[in-house]
Amino acid sequence: MSYERPKFRHPNTEINDLGYARQDYEGALSTLCAGCGHDSISGAIVRACHELSIEPYRLAKLSGIGCSSKAPTYFLGNSHGFNSVHGRMPSVVTGAAMANRDLIYLGVSGDGDTASIGMGQFVHAARRNLNMVYIVMNNGCYGLTKGQDSATADEGSRSKKGDPSPFESIDLCALSLQVGATFVARSFSGDRDQLVPLIKAAISHRGFALIDVVSPCVTFNNNADSTKSYDFTREHLKSTGTMDFVPMREEITARYAPGSSHEVTLHDGSVIHLYKMGKGIDPLNRVSALNALEECKQEGRILTGLLYMDPDSKELHEAIGTVKRPLNQLTERELCPGNSVLQNINASLR
Amino acid sequence: MKATNIKNPEYFHKVVDCQYACPAHTPVPEYIRLIARERYTDAYMVNWESNVFPGILGRTCDRPCEPACRRGRVEDEPVAICRLKRVAADNKDDIQDRLPNIPDKKNGKRVALIGGGPASLTVARDLMPLGYSIDLYDDQTGGGGMMKSQIPSFRLPESVLNEEVDYILDMGVVTHFNTTVDSLKEILDKKYDAVFIGTGAPRGKDLNLAGQADAGAHIHIGIDWLSSVAFEHSNNIGKRVVVLGGGNTAMDCCRTARRLGGEDVKVIVRSPFADMKASPWEKEDAMHEDIPIIDNHVPLAFVVEDGKFIGVTFDRVDAVYDDDGRRQLVSTGEDPVLFECDDVLMAIGQENSFPWIERDTGIKFDEWGMPKVDETTFQSAIKHVFFGGDAAFGPKNVITAVAHGHQAAVSIDHFCNGKNVTERLAPGVTLISQKMGIHEWSYDNAVPIDLRYVVPQADKALTLKDRKVEVELGYDLKTAYAEAERCLNCDVQTVFEEIRCIECDACIDICPTDCITFTPNAEEKLLRKKLSATATNLSQDLYVSEELPTHRVMVKDEDMCLHCGLCAERCPTTAWDMKKFLYTVTKAGQ
Ligand SMILES: Cc1cc2nc3c(=O)[nH]c(=O)nc-3n(C[C@H](O)[C@H](O)[C@H](O)COP(=O)(O)OP(=O)(O)OC[C@H]3O[C@@H](n4cnc5c(N)ncnc54)[C@H](O)[C@@H]3O)c2cc1C
Ligand SMILES: Cc1ncc(C[n+]2csc(CCOP(=O)(O)OP(=O)(O)O)c2C)c(N)n1
Ligand code: SF4
Ligand code: SF4
Ligand code: SF4
Ligand SMILES: [Mg+2]
Repeated sequence: MSYERPKFRHPNTEINDLGYARQDYEGALSTLCAGCGHDSISGAIVRACHELSIEPYRLAKLSGIGCSSKAPTYFLGNSHGFNSVHGRMPSVVTGAAMANRDLIYLGVSGDGDTASIGMGQFVHAARRNLNMVYIVMNNGCYGLTKGQDSATADEGSRSKKGDPSPFESIDLCALSLQVGATFVARSFSGDRDQLVPLIKAAISHRGFALIDVVSPCVTFNNNADSTKSYDFTREHLKSTGTMDFVPMREEITARYAPGSSHEVTLHDGSVIHLYKMGKGIDPLNRVSALNALEECKQEGRILTGLLYMDPDSKELHEAIGTVKRPLNQLTERELCPGNSVLQNINASLR
Repeated sequence: MKATNIKNPEYFHKVVDCQYACPAHTPVPEYIRLIARERYTDAYMVNWESNVFPGILGRTCDRPCEPACRRGRVEDEPVAICRLKRVAADNKDDIQDRLPNIPDKKNGKRVALIGGGPASLTVARDLMPLGYSIDLYDDQTGGGGMMKSQIPSFRLPESVLNEEVDYILDMGVVTHFNTTVDSLKEILDKKYDAVFIGTGAPRGKDLNLAGQADAGAHIHIGIDWLSSVAFEHSNNIGKRVVVLGGGNTAMDCCRTARRLGGEDVKVIVRSPFADMKASPWEKEDAMHEDIPIIDNHVPLAFVVEDGKFIGVTFDRVDAVYDDDGRRQLVSTGEDPVLFECDDVLMAIGQENSFPWIERDTGIKFDEWGMPKVDETTFQSAIKHVFFGGDAAFGPKNVITAVAHGHQAAVSIDHFCNGKNVTERLAPGVTLISQKMGIHEWSYDNAVPIDLRYVVPQADKALTLKDRKVEVELGYDLKTAYAEAERCLNCDVQTVFEEIRCIECDACIDICPTDCITFTPNAEEKLLRKKLSATATNLSQDLYVSEELPTHRVMVKDEDMCLHCGLCAERCPTTAWDMKKFLYTVTKAGQ
């Protein structure tokens, strides 16, 4: 009669470059419903951070409100965290990123948190190319408040206790592409092999990186006539191609037949290998990504994988030319340089 | 890999590491849970059914289960399986009314048991309830065999031994004690329907070193000396004693010597300390009684000067291992070293000896003088003569003798009923879900991190004075509970039903020890490398499902599973369930 995680771990468990085991990146035991897609995404985040050997103190996880927004409690228990207000996570990240540009910002949100109440915040963060990873755990409903349709519920999709949705759904990938996001991907909580490298690439990407992850809600929206169920998603998946992520530290081994792989080098030196790419899909081209999304939608398929990225984008700090040193490390001397400096500024404005 | 056939009882049996390793396949976790619930009598009976001598074994068992125990893989030390058995025995109520009924009307079949050790007693235990008439012959004053003559009282009090021997003898076994059987023919002439030979390995090996004849009465064969102490023919020994040998008999000899007047008692052994045959706990107990163990010394000669015994000389050696791990003891080239002493106990091994079996009776012997005995049926070359215990395949231990006894009883029962003797009965198996509700299982699924509890001992000043004072005190009930809770309940199996699985991965993430992986199938060697944590322990199986809709299989490495039930707890579709697997070896007549 216990629901505690035993302390023992497998002696062969992998240890990363920092000497940490995966358990060092875990959080509290999840209280979400058993089988919730969100837990799988948490698991993928744990794996990605462990494999990237991220020092836990270098990462901040932020969220809004929802089951998805509760999820950060269940991973990276040794990192910074901020559980903010419904839909307001992007502003909190913006503030934090302005104050300390050295941290890795991982925003976790739901489809309700993002596509309804937080929509205004979301598009502006994307538009400003805020340097963060933005993961949407997308279950097509408001899980926490008992499963009402969200704005990403597909037209005609029906949740367990609801009616078919009469409205057009919002495609967060398409929307963020339109407003200027510089890394856009979609995945499925049940496809860890795809999701883990995507998260790693998103963390390495400089700029706003959206991963919209279909994440079935087992309790309210995993029924036969829902388009966000495990079965429906699996049956309708179509992937843009396969992606490997090779961190800078690792030597690139020639695993790919010549000509079969497309390499993209990120600003930190890590490399994304894209192979088995679908016809006409070029993830370096925004128009191609938008077309592919639209085509898939017409075919009734869910396009997953890396959709678009701009490895050379300018993130918010660069765009507005902030100082290199994080604001929170500047002292009074730098922030209040004294009367003579003020007089000079004033004089320059006359 | 092919999908695992969990219908084969041996699959889940192997997961219950302790039970699998126990020669009698005692359902260990079952009795440990009963102890935790303060149901000592029930725990005792679970043991009694399987191993016949819970009180004796709870003190003396060689415990092959403990090195196998899963807990020892997860942390340093296994569960104290053996000493928990003693807790059941010490705290049980009267069990008379739980013993099997002995039919008044006999079945007309007569069986002779030669030797009154655990093997013979087990045969009696299994056959008496079936109506057999049994004659038991033994040359000692009472039943128990070497448990009586060899295992010292400070490890096994006489009362404990007698109680459990009597449960069996009181079933109506006709005993012929103080009776040496010196002719098998005479027994065969008595026209028994079956004869069981459980005479043990009663001869102690002799070194026959130079000077031994002159040293005379100062040199003793360990097991002969121990039985003369047990039967009170000897009650003292010199102040300075050297014990030769590194097995458990050596440990019993040196500790007994300490109690009979030995003040400066040493164990001197040929091999390195780590290679000694004695169990680690026996070595510890000896050293605790101020007995040094001196290793890498090969005895050369007994030294007698002017007609007086002085001591033993040794060659100092180094152990050298070749590439195959074979050991050679190579002399260091130093001069021999003399250890002065008053008495020497030789505890260098035991042998079988069957001078009383006439070679023309039909029993066949091999080149080493061992009888030809079938390893499953225990039948000899004479169809109605069976062997078991140390007499069958050389000296082992009590629990092995018990296991032999059970199987020989099955064979004898088949034989006497005209059934095929080679036929073995399928084990009894049940598999029952332990789910009680959300977050609620009918077993304690939490995994405490408590380290193994030490069994308290009586004060050395007291125990060394009297060889009959038991050294170990046994766990108190609170400690017994805490120790019982260390058990991981390996019999509560993780059972996977692929048709229910929606491949949500929840079980993979929750498993604390990375046991579960979903991956495309492959051959075993490759699969073992592809798992969440590589499966390097080849003695532990992989549990492989049928192919799932995504063309992957579920692979669970049984090695590190804590049986915590979290996978079943997290699974939204109950594709995992925790089911208690009870495996019972079927006994004669069942
Ligand atoms: C010093 C010592 C300590 C041991 N300690 C342990 C221990 O702690 N734990 C453990 O598990 N095992 C221990 N053993 C081993 C264990 O005692 C034996 O493996 C076990 O008793 C074998 O059982 P058995 O039924 O085959 O025969 P035995 O127990 O050897 O019984 C055979 C009986 O037959 C009698 N007998 C033999 N020949 C004849 C004959 N011709 N006529 C009449 N009677 C005869 C013998 O006197 C004896 O009573 C120890 C052994 C020794 C020597
Ligand atoms: C300002 C405000 N409005 C409404 C709510 C009620 N509320 C809580 S969670 C939630 C929706 C959550 O949906 P989503 O972000 O998709 O998370 P999920 O639970 O589905 O993972 C709503 C509307 C609230 N907490 N705060
Ligand atoms: S943990 Fe318990 S059930 Fe498992 S092997 Fe050890 S004693 Fe047996
Ligand atoms: S019971 Fe399940 S969760 Fe627990 S260790 Fe075993 S496989 Fe893992
Ligand atoms: S938790 Fe259950 S449904 Fe989910 S993958 Fe594991 S077995 Fe399958
Ligand atoms: Mg939602």
